Amino acid sequence: MQDLINISNDIRKDIIEMIYEAKSGHPGGSLSCVEILVALYFKIMDLSLDENNMQVDRFILSKGHASPAYYAVLSKKGYIKHEDLITFRKYDSYLEGHPSNKIKGVEISTGSLGQGMSVANGMALEKKLSGKNGMIYCLLGDGEIEEGQVWEAFMSAHKYNLSNVVAIIDNNGLQIDGTVESVKKLDNLYNKLASFGFNVKEVNGHDLSELIEALNEAKLSDKPNCIIAKTIKGKGVSFMENQVQWHGKSLSDDEYRLAMKELGGNI
Amino acid sequence: MKSTRKAYGEFLLGEGLKNENIVVFDADLASATQTQMFRDKFPSRHFDMGISEQDMVGTACGMALSGKTVFASSFAIFLTGRAFEQIRNTAAYSNININLCATHSGLSVGEDGATHQSIEDIALMNVIPGMKVFSPADEIATRKILKQCLKLDGPKYIRLGRSETPDIYSSDEEFELGKSHTFGNGQDGTIFATGMTVSIALEAKQILKEKGINVRVVDLYCIKPVDKETIIKCAKETEKLVSIEDHSVIGGIGSVISDVLVENLPKKITKIGVQDKFGKSGNYKKIYELYGITKENIINKFI
Repeated sequence: MQDLINISNDIRKDIIEMIYEAKSGHPGGSLSCVEILVALYFKIMDLSLDENNMQVDRFILSKGHASPAYYAVLSKKGYIKHEDLITFRKYDSYLEGHPSNKIKGVEISTGSLGQGMSVANGMALEKKLSGKNGMIYCLLGDGEIEEGQVWEAFMSAHKYNLSNVVAIIDNNGLQIDGTVESVKKLDNLYNKLASFGFNVKEVNGHDLSELIEALNEAKLSDKPNCIIAKTIKGKGVSFMENQVQWHGKSLSDDEYRLAMKELGGNI
Repeated sequence: MKSTRKAYGEFLLGEGLKNENIVVFDADLASATQTQMFRDKFPSRHFDMGISEQDMVGTACGMALSGKTVFASSFAIFLTGRAFEQIRNTAAYSNININLCATHSGLSVGEDGATHQSIEDIALMNVIPGMKVFSPADEIATRKILKQCLKLDGPKYIRLGRSETPDIYSSDEEFELGKSHTFGNGQDGTIFATGMTVSIALEAKQILKEKGINVRVVDLYCIKPVDKETIIKCAKETEKLVSIEDHSVIGGIGSVISDVLVENLPKKITKIGVQDKFGKSGNYKKIYELYGITKENIINKFI
C-alpha cells in the first residue's frame, strides 16, 4: 500500500505544480479525488485493450475540473508525457483546462457538469448487449449531482440494471458558492442512491484500502454501484483543506512554496 | 405522399435487418418518431430512455464510443433545445459518430402548438462546430440521406417532419454531403427551399411558369456544409432570390444563404419564414398561411 500512498503524494505535487504554472485551475476538487483515481488506475482497472481495440475497463471523469489530477495520473500511466503537465491550460498545449478526448487516454470530453454518467451508462449498456466483460467507472462531484441529468442517468442505470457501472461520488461537501448542504441540500445521499436502486457503499475517500475493497466488491454486485467517497476538499495542503475559496484558484509564490514543502516536494 | 418521419422509421427497419450494429434511442416518443417499427422488430437494440433527452444523448454517445452505429430521436424542439449542450459538449466537441434524427420540426407540427414547434433547430445545430445538418424534402430524399449518413463520421443532425409531403424525387436521385438539387434553369429567379417547403416552392415555380416567369428551385437538403457553389451560381445567373423555410428567418436557410452571398457576391434575398414569432395551434396549412409560408407569397415576390 505504501507504493500507492507514494504515488498519491506524487500526483498531489503534480497538481500543485500544474495549477501554479497555469496560474489557474481547480486545486480543491483535484486534491480530494487523488486516492480514488490512484486506486482505480493503479490497482483496480484493467487498462488493456480488447479485440475491438477498446479498453476492458473504462473511466469517465464527469467532474472534469479535476483535470489536473486526471492528467497527472494519465501521465504516471504513460499516456501523457510528464514534462507536458506544466503546459496545462496554456495556449500552445493540448492539455485543455477541462478534459478533451483528443488527449490520449481520455475517452470523452467533460467539464460541463452532469454529463458523464449517461455516457458511462451507454458504454455499460453496450457491454451488456455484446456480452463483454469489464467495468465502467464514473467519477462525479457531490456538487455536480445537483444537475438533473445525473438523476436521469441514475434511473437509466437502474432500468437496465447496469451492474457493470460504478458511480463514485467525490463527497467533499463543498462547491463554488459554499457547502453543498447550503447550496442545494443533498441530505441523505446514501438513502437517495439506495432508493434509486443502487448498491451503495460509503468509504473514507482518502483510505486506499477502503476504496480498493469497495471497488472490488462492486465487481461482484448484481446492481448498479455507487461509492460515496467521503473526502476533504484540498486534501494534503493544510491551508486548502475544507476551504471553499480553493475550489478554483491558483497559488501565489509563497503559497506554492508552502504547499510543496508540505507535500515534501522539491522547488 | 409520406411523412419524412415515416420514411425514417422504415429506413431503420430495413437497415436494422441488414446491419446488426445499428442501435436506436428514443425518449418516450417512439410511436411519434416512428422508431417503434425498429423497436418492435429488434427490441434488444432499441432503448427507450424515457422523457430524458439529455440522458438519451449522453447514453447514445457512450454506445457510439463502444463502436455501435447510433440513431437517437425525439421531437426537434426537445432534442435540439433541451439537449443542446449535451449535443454541443458531449457529442460534437468529442466528435462522436451519432445520427440525431429529429422529427416534428417546424410549424408543421400543427395542433400541438408553439411549445412543440421548433423554429430554431436549424440555427442551433448549424452553429455547433463540425455538425452536419440535413433536411430532406420527401421519402426518397430521407432514405438516401440517411444511407449517406451511415458513411459519414461525426455528429449529424437530420431534420424530419410530422406531416406528409408529396413525392418529389425519383429513386435514382443521389444526395451528397455539401450538395443541393436544382430544379430547372429559369433565369428570372431562384427559390431556395428545404424540407417541407420544397414542394411549396415547386408549385410556385409551376404557376410562375404559366405566367411567363421562369424560376428555378434549389433544394438545400444539406444545410451544413451548404452548397456555396450553387448559391453563388444562382445569384449570378438569376435575377431575384427568395428563400422559404418552415423555421425562423433568423438563423435558418435564408441566413445561411445571406452569409454566403455577403462574402462572395452581395445580392438582395427575400426571406420567407417565421418572422421572429412563436408558432400557434391549428392545422399546419392554416398556420403556414398566417406566416406566409405559401406558394402565393412566393409568387407575390416575383410579380
